[in-house]
Formats: sequence, C-alpha cells, structure tokens
Amino acid sequence: MMKWNLYSRGDKVFAIIVSVLIGMFTAATLYPFIYIAAVSFSSGFAAQAGKVVLTPIDATLEAYGYIIGDPKFWTSYLNTFIYTIGGTIMSLAFIIPGAYALSRPQLKGRRFFNLFIAFTMWFNAGLIPFFLNMRDLNLLDSMFGIILAFAVNAFNIILLRNFFEAIPQSFEEAARMDGANDFQVLWKVFIPLSKPAIATITLFCIVSRWNGFFWAMVLLQSEDKIPLQVFLRHTIATLSDDDEFAIVQTAAGFSAETVTAAIIVCSIIPVLIVYPFIQKYFEKGILLGGVKE
Amino acid sequence: MVDENANVSGVSPEEAIIQAKEAKRLAKDGSFVRLIDHFNREWQIYVMLMPAVIWFIVFLYKPMYGLQIAFKDYSIFRGVANSPWVGWEHFQTLFENDSFIRAVKNTITISFYNLIFGFPAPIILALMFNEILHASYKRTAQTIVYLPHFISSVIIAGIVITAFSPTVGVINTVLGWLGMESVYFLTQPEWFRPIFVGTGIWQEAGFGSIVFLAAIAGVNPSLYESAVVDGANRWQMMWKITIPSILPTILIMLIIRIGNVMEVSFELVILLYQPATYETADVVNTWVYRQGLQSGQYDLAAAAGLFNAVVAFVLVMTANTLSRRFSRTSLW
Repeated sequence: MMKWNLYSRGDKVFAIIVSVLIGMFTAATLYPFIYIAAVSFSSGFAAQAGKVVLTPIDATLEAYGYIIGDPKFWTSYLNTFIYTIGGTIMSLAFIIPGAYALSRPQLKGRRFFNLFIAFTMWFNAGLIPFFLNMRDLNLLDSMFGIILAFAVNAFNIILLRNFFEAIPQSFEEAARMDGANDFQVLWKVFIPLSKPAIATITLFCIVSRWNGFFWAMVLLQSEDKIPLQVFLRHTIATLSDDDEFAIVQTAAGFSAETVTAAIIVCSIIPVLIVYPFIQKYFEKGILLGGVKE
Repeated sequence: MVDENANVSGVSPEEAIIQAKEAKRLAKDGSFVRLIDHFNREWQIYVMLMPAVIWFIVFLYKPMYGLQIAFKDYSIFRGVANSPWVGWEHFQTLFENDSFIRAVKNTITISFYNLIFGFPAPIILALMFNEILHASYKRTAQTIVYLPHFISSVIIAGIVITAFSPTVGVINTVLGWLGMESVYFLTQPEWFRPIFVGTGIWQEAGFGSIVFLAAIAGVNPSLYESAVVDGANRWQMMWKITIPSILPTILIMLIIRIGNVMEVSFELVILLYQPATYETADVVNTWVYRQGLQSGQYDLAAAAGLFNAVVAFVLVMTANTLSRRFSRTSLW
C-alpha cells in the first residue's frame, strides 16, 4: 500500500470518506450493545417510559440483583459451561483424528470418505428425520445427547484436513525416522504445527455450543438441563405476561425489559472475555483452510 | 512342434486351463495378502477415521433413511420401516396447503432480499477496509464488526425486541422526538422483512468480510505498482484491479449463498415472528417446525423438509455448473 503523502488530493478525499463510512458502520455495530447495557442498569420505571437511549437512567443494579437471586439462572449458566466445554472436547476428539486420516495419501477409499463427508454439506435429511433419529437413539432430554449429536460437521473436518495436507512431508518423514507411529506423528508434529487451524475450529465449536439454542429447546424437557439461551428465551417470552412478576417489579426498581437486558449482558460477557484471545487466529485459519475447498 | 511343446511342459490342455485358473487365484490371493499387509501397516489411520465415519452414519446418514416417512403414513408405534407407503400423497397435500405455499414464497422472497442487500455488504466492507491506511483504526473497527457474528440469535432477538418495543424501545423514542407516531414494529407484517434482513446484515456483514479481505491480500502487488505508474487513482485501482482479482472468491461465496437459499436462518425467524406476522415471516423451516415438532404431523413435515432439501441441492448444483461453465470457478 502507498504512503499517505503520495496520495493525490482526490485520493485523500476518497480515503477520508471511506474512513468516515467505516466509522459509522462500526458505531452502528456497537450501539445495540451499549443500548442494551444502558437498559440493564436503568430503573424499570425509566426503561418503561422509553427514556433510555445511550446511558443508564436512574442507574440501579436491581435487575442484576433479581437475576442473581434466581437459581434457574445459575443452573442454566452452569449447564451452558458444561455443554460448551464438554461439546468442544467431544468435537475435537472426532475432528482432529478424522481430518488427519483423511489427509493421508495412503488411506484407501480416500476419495469416497471425502465425498461421504462433504455430501452432508449439500444435503441433509432435515429437522423431522433428525428429531426422530434422536428419539430412536434415546437421546431426548439427555445432556450427553446434545454434546454428542452436534459434535462434528463437514466444514470443520475439511478445513482442518486442508491445513494438514499443506504441511510439508519432510516434517512427517523426520518423525518417521525416529520411529513415530501415526498417533505420535499427529500428536507431536501435526497438532503443534496446526495451532491456527485448531484454534479456529475450537473457536467455532465454543461459539456454536455457547450459542446453541434451537435443538436444546426441542430436545431438552427438564428445566435443570436447559442452557442459558433457552432460559433467556423463556424469560423474554414469559416475563412480560407474568402477573406475579408484575407485582414484584412494581415494588422493586426493575422491569421485564431491564431483567431481560441484564441476562443478555451476563451471557455476552464470557464471549467478550474469550473473543480477543482467539480473534487473531480465526482470520488466518479461515484464509488457510476455508476458501480452498 | 505342438506335440513336442506339450511334452516339454508335460501337461494336457485341460491341465493348462486348471493351472491358469490356479495362477489367477494366486494372484488374487496376492492382492488380498497385500491388502492385509496394508491394514497391518496402516491400521492406525483407519482407527482414527472410524469414530468420525460412524458419527456421520449415526447422526447424518441414518436420518436420510428415515426420510422415507415423507412417502409413508407414519405412525410412532409402527416405526419407520413398518408404516404403510402412501406414495406422493403428502406432497399433494403440501401443494394444496396455502400456508405451505406461502412459506415457500416467503423463503424465496427473504432469501432474495438477503441476496440483494446482504450479499454485497461484506464485499463493500472489505473494499473499504482495504482503503484504510491507519492500521490501529482498521484493526479496532474490524474487531468490533466481527463481534455480532459470535452473539447467539436469542440475544440478537432479545436486543431487537427491546429496541423495537412500542413502550421501552429506543427506535420509538427517537420517532417520538421526530414527532412521529410510535409503531409496534414486530406485530406489523410489512416491517418483518426489513427488520430481519437488516439484523442479518448487522450481524454477519463484518465477519463475512474476512474472506474477501483474505482474497484482497492475495492480489499481486505489482498490479498496483504498474497502476500507480500509469497514474491511476485509488477509485480506479479498486474497480480495475481489486474487484476483478477477487471475482473468483465472490463467485464461490455466491454459489454457497445460492445453495443456502432455502436455509433462511430460521432460528432468528422463530425468535422474532408471531402469528400476526406469519404472512410475511413464516419460512419453510419454521413451517416444518410447527407442523412436525409442535403438532406431531411428522410425515407431512418430513415431506416439506425433503422438498426444501432437494430444491437447495438442485440450486447449488446448478449454480456450480453455471459458474464452472462461464468463469472456470467452482466449488468442486
């Protein structure tokens, strides 16, 4: 790229306009988060009067106090951690060895297995057969069922396989000379060399687990097994129609909206904490693996 | 001559045939032995592959076997295999059902809006990011615009519901400042699509720009250098060099997008729509969800799902073939 002082006047104007447009889009991206945080810290009365625009009005922690006192919130929060950690480990346990095997030229039926996996990206049986299959497997209302049934997807395996295929053979040959078998080659050579790709896939798994909602809503019946997203959905849907809650909230300084906003803030915070650590990896990971296929 | 030869080898023609067969059998055994040998040496990669293959069979291919209920009068008690066949009956029912036809139309309309407004957004964003010289400004902006991709649809819906609410919502507050009537947006059918498509752009445009930024990073720098020598300005470079160079990536992303036409992000639809807005918001997958999982009409809903999947499959195949023919870019 050229230096700024080499720019013509027209180019400078162009660059400034672009910078302003990017700034506006960035601000528009950020604003809903600021708004929801402002609602969560406002008093229920101020929120319902439609006063909150940018900063909290009549700042209070009442909404957070209400959530913290709700044991269902804590149960679902804990469940989300279980689904995220357990699910991510489960995913990696399937994806990493599978991608390694598919990247080996000596694998017989390699073309078949690749097609077998890639086909599911273009065609799947759909909601109903998937649901009936889960029922037949006795995995309804099962935490383990959720962790297992969403462990693998074709895209992640292909992304990692492409990455493994790009690793120069000399690395593997050196390990083979030292008498390493496939498990050792994978563990000691391929995994350490593939940190960006594995970090990318790990991020994708963590995010999809943390955000997983639809199937958790459909497959889980017990209240003590639901993740945070289902609890949040339940809260948004019922709180405003709940008469008992309406009586409580008049006495205290919160409303259905401020409580909803506070739960939203609580469930975004872990994402914000993890996000910067993995952000640097995923651009590289997507660049190296995703587009090639 | 013939007799002498026969004497030398000492076999009759019949025996020769038997010998040839024996040799063939041995050769076959040889390849079988080689296969055994191969597995003895390379068993580890098969052990590594098996869990993933079994997972795909159990969770993705076995449901494809269950798809046959789309052609059956499915009863839970009889199971998939023993329910009686009914042929195309469910498909006939579907195409006589107004709400299903409406869902198909809505799916296509929403996808079309997503394509027109949503598809160019990350490309434009990537092109703009490419014009920004100030490195830390660029990094900060990128970090922020990627973020909504990592937020769950439940939270997105929660924010949208709060922001558009007639009493607490900031949108109506601002409309009030401008002296306008407050609108209960989420109960108005005509507002569903703009809100849905806009939310999608807000959520995915930033993250979607990564792929195009990667493509831009791969453009040969000497092209720009010679353009500078020719006195081209930034705008001309963008149109004459950057955009043509990333066209293959744009096409690939377009093919993927077309393949997903029938897969409108229905999680967000489920979270945002309500009976009042079904007329513009109900898509095939939400229809399948209500008919199948909520009303228990599994066979009819499976037929609708199959219709959806087949249309999507045909679309992606067609898009890929056309792209390969006209631009030599294709997914496979």
